Amino acid sequence: MEIRMLFIISISAIFINNFIFSRFLGLCPYIGVSKQLDSAVGMGAAVIFVMTLASTVTWLVYTYLLLPAQTNLFYHLFALKEPPDLTFLKTIAFILIIASLVQFVEMVIQKVSPALYKSLGIYLPLITTNCAILGVTLLNIDENYRFIEAIVNGFAAGVGFTLALFLMAGIREKLDLADVPKAMQGIPIAFITAGLMAIAFLGFSGLKLGM
Amino acid sequence: MSAIKVFTKGLYAQNPVFKQALGLCPTLAVTNSVQNGIGMGLAATFVLVGSNVLVSLIRKAVPAKIRIPIYIVIIASFVTVVDLSMAGYFPVLHKALGIFVPLIVVNCIILGRAEAFAGKNSVGLSFLDGLGMGLGFTMALLILGTIRELLGNGSFFGVPVTGASFEPMLIMILPPGAFLTIGFVMAFFKWLENRKASHV
Repeated sequence: MEIRMLFIISISAIFINNFIFSRFLGLCPYIGVSKQLDSAVGMGAAVIFVMTLASTVTWLVYTYLLLPAQTNLFYHLFALKEPPDLTFLKTIAFILIIASLVQFVEMVIQKVSPALYKSLGIYLPLITTNCAILGVTLLNIDENYRFIEAIVNGFAAGVGFTLALFLMAGIREKLDLADVPKAMQGIPIAFITAGLMAIAFLGFSGLKLGM
Repeated sequence: MSAIKVFTKGLYAQNPVFKQALGLCPTLAVTNSVQNGIGMGLAATFVLVGSNVLVSLIRKAVPAKIRIPIYIVIIASFVTVVDLSMAGYFPVLHKALGIFVPLIVVNCIILGRAEAFAGKNSVGLSFLDGLGMGLGFTMALLILGTIRELLGNGSFFGVPVTGASFEPMLIMILPPGAFLTIGFVMAFFKWLENRKASHV
């Protein structure tokens, strides 16, 4: 049952509710970094990595620090009368976690693998303000996912984002050679291409995944 | 730059959405109706004005090295204010906008203005800059929302305006319609610019 659930979550995060084409999250890097295949792959890998990590950490923080339940750590630590409700701090806490996480990952990669840092490094600072990361962590909470489900959702959302970025980069490399009307060049034609791809992805919403 | 120019540049000349291509995620996600678009635009304007004023007030006390985290915390606090007030006073709108209300934190327009303008200018000018950019953003959402709601639902602000003979194009209020609409609107603004440039 568990495995089946995880499979359903991944398929819907990658195809049916694709972050770019159906949820509109992470459009800035999608338009900005999709000019070449190499940089698209680099950005995609960085996003998958940070999304998975951010989903893990924010879920733990939300469940054990912010949520007013018997498991709240502040409740035990300070021997409070009742568990404190800190859920209103969700937005501030999550964005700080993501920002520091990105900084931390950057430092670790720089020390451990300079080669990987060279290929991923320049994309990491951009990720802090990527709304897809904050988006996936908030969705995990909204959907009431359990721990493993949240991690799988984070990973699959990253894969879906990478898929969209990779496809787009492939198309835009060819588009450079095409004869596009002057007013359409650059961002406008990229959006119209994305619109046509979104129509194709709309086909996935016909998939019926039994729970 | 005069105070009037600081205010008006956000409306057209440096419109955050059409000219700078910033803040795209909420722009596309919430414009399936005019009402959602305006709600989102005004919420972002409030955060933009608030954070611009506060960032400008403390600009001399903030060490340059840690300014970005400080800006993010300021913005996140204002977003929390908006999020909770909206949930209290406009629960329907809050539900329709969904996670895009907390996501105002990562709207690049807001951090961009804090970094590019409010951190270097006086409180008054920062207020005008925030208001201008916010209204420019709201205007962009209004334009996209109007086109999409009219073509996709045959209505404006929830009121039916097209006759029974008009068959609404559902695609326009679905995700692909957002991409197509903004693509064509941006191309239109670029066309205007090109035409102006070739006339001078």
